[in-house]
Amino acid sequence: MSITEQKKIEEIANADYKYGFVTDIDAITLPKGLSEDIIIKISEIKNEPKFLLEWRLKAFRHWQTMVEPDWANIHYQKIDYQDISYYSAPKEKPKLNSLDEVDPKLRETFEKLGISIDEQKRLSNVAVDAVFDSVSVATSFKETLSDLGIIFCSFSDAVKNHPDLIKKYLGTVVPYTDNFFATLNSAVFSDGSFVYIPKGVRCPMELSTYFRINAANTGQFERTLIIADEGAYVSYLEGCTAPRRDENQLHAAVVELITLDNAEIKYSTVQNWYPGDKDGKGGIFNFVTKRGVARGINSKISWTQVETGSAITWKYPSCILQGDNSVGEFHSVALTNNYQQADTGTKMIHLGKNTSSTIISKGISAGKSNNSYRGLVKVTKKADNARNFSQCDSLLIGDKCGAHTFPYLDINNSSAQVEHEATTSKIGEDQIFYLNQRGISTDDAIGLIVNGYCKEVFKKLPMEFAVEAQKLLGISLEGSVG
Amino acid sequence: MLLEIKNLHAKVEGKEILKGINLNINEGEVHAIMGPNGSGKSTLAQVLAGREDYEITEGEVIYNGKNLLELSPEDRAREGIFLAFQYPVEIPGVSNTNLLKTAMNEIRKYRGQEALDAMEFLTLLKEKMKIVELDQSLINRSVNEGFSGGEKKKNEIFQMAVLEPQLSILDETDSGLDIDALRIVANGITKLKSDKNAIIVVTHYQRLLNYIIPDFVHVLYKGQIIKSGGKDLALELEDKGYDWLKVDKFQVTG
Repeated sequence: MSITEQKKIEEIANADYKYGFVTDIDAITLPKGLSEDIIIKISEIKNEPKFLLEWRLKAFRHWQTMVEPDWANIHYQKIDYQDISYYSAPKEKPKLNSLDEVDPKLRETFEKLGISIDEQKRLSNVAVDAVFDSVSVATSFKETLSDLGIIFCSFSDAVKNHPDLIKKYLGTVVPYTDNFFATLNSAVFSDGSFVYIPKGVRCPMELSTYFRINAANTGQFERTLIIADEGAYVSYLEGCTAPRRDENQLHAAVVELITLDNAEIKYSTVQNWYPGDKDGKGGIFNFVTKRGVARGINSKISWTQVETGSAITWKYPSCILQGDNSVGEFHSVALTNNYQQADTGTKMIHLGKNTSSTIISKGISAGKSNNSYRGLVKVTKKADNARNFSQCDSLLIGDKCGAHTFPYLDINNSSAQVEHEATTSKIGEDQIFYLNQRGISTDDAIGLIVNGYCKEVFKKLPMEFAVEAQKLLGISLEGSVG
Repeated sequence: MLLEIKNLHAKVEGKEILKGINLNINEGEVHAIMGPNGSGKSTLAQVLAGREDYEITEGEVIYNGKNLLELSPEDRAREGIFLAFQYPVEIPGVSNTNLLKTAMNEIRKYRGQEALDAMEFLTLLKEKMKIVELDQSLINRSVNEGFSGGEKKKNEIFQMAVLEPQLSILDETDSGLDIDALRIVANGITKLKSDKNAIIVVTHYQRLLNYIIPDFVHVLYKGQIIKSGGKDLALELEDKGYDWLKVDKFQVTG
């Protein structure tokens, strides 16, 4: 790890929640409310082809027939969908040849966030497609990638420059009818990221996007689509921060992953959105649909997530194992503190023969929070010799929090081998005292224990992300005991 | 003087366990604290280390000129107090190395010293492992997880060796050890003894004191030190048990 990165992490570690500032940039913001007119307007602003507008409208019409789901183990005040503005973008969207052309105010925000793009570009081997509010403003490393035929750009740019790919793949994993939040996203999504790795290409660097919610009261509806063509490989990182706000902010993203024969996508997330204050006021509502389809034989999709933020997390990164011998993985650390609520897990749908999936879920609850794991393992009739291993562990800190596990199994083929293990443990006072007695403060002691508990998942994260994730857990748990 | 305990009273769950302990310890000394079950030996050890379950109702403890009772458990450790636990705690997922590295660097930071780099630290570990003949594989395993009783106790003394405390409190370090392990652990402790540090040995039995020769032996009974003497007192206790002292005490106070 470089000194700069170290410094960045130290800064994060010393902060309470330092990303609670707002950048004063003129934004085009559509009036609050949702209607066909608004959707047409969004599509117009973005200069979209007709097929996309039609797709949005179909989604919107379908959404109007849907009811907000209430089966998750979370509680929140009803969202007034007419009280949200569905589009906000920096007024001038400059066409940039280099990062120097980025609006200085915007650059300042990135600096505060510790994601100076220049630094990123120079110091680490990471190409960053930064999303500021809903529109991408800067993309780096494009040239290196384009030499390999890799497309890594904002969703809007992909719509403009690669409409054929969008048309071919959009909504093929998460159809616009999928679920309440995904359907809403399909109607109003503003921007996001697009990745295409051509046949036989191994992406030489981690692709990374930092998300950031900025304008007040603006829902964020990201759309990400990643396609790994035959024999391709890509590792994609998603990390997020958001400014402190009193109003609840809705976030309903959709991520679709597609792997063709022998391809692999590794998708890692560190999510650190504003969780609300100690009394549970404010914070992000995060209703995300993430799904990958391992369409080709021998292909692989793995999700790794570290979730520490948001007031409410509703998220089930899933794999549809369609190709024979395909592999799905889900490694998750979900931490909740204070009044946070998380209902998260995965679905592994085995369709192909000899498919295998692994689920490692580590839930950590502190304060008065509630943390639920919800997972489905489904083996269909034709999925001969499917295998699944699931391990769901819960760690409790204090005695006012809750941990819940809801594993669902749906096995329709007698050759399947499915294993499920679950544990619940508590950080004991005697463990903390033992570490105190060795000169380690209580916060650090909890950090040590929690990081030890999550080691299996952290191992799956790219190195620099793992370090950041460890620090994040430490910060998120500060003062949670005693 | 390194440690001065004056009229220390402590309660747990409303019950008074320590009822006026007085004890002075100088650098270079080894003090054995003996006594029957329930006399308050472990309580004294825990109170000195700063366990919060105990309420101090009276008295004071001065350590190196500082009011020890005002310090947090971690600051006491950083000031050089080490407790070898009677029942070492298992911490899954945290390796021994990681624990010691964190502890070491926290202590050094407190003292205004630079953190050790990885090489220096590993060299130090290798050297200290020899003191208690600790198996190499144990230092990379999770703290005490799946360790045998003897390995746990060895591990405590290994940690003591690494952290080089000024005042070590060994709470029944000899319990659960077979004869060979007892010899190894005891010899390890003896090697760590110097004229700069002091050791409090809490034990039921004389056998540990065959290796670690105490300068003073104190008998704790019902929360008070009822008799103090030299190393011969331990032998006398081994021979006669505690009952004669109880009577003695009864006669004196009654």
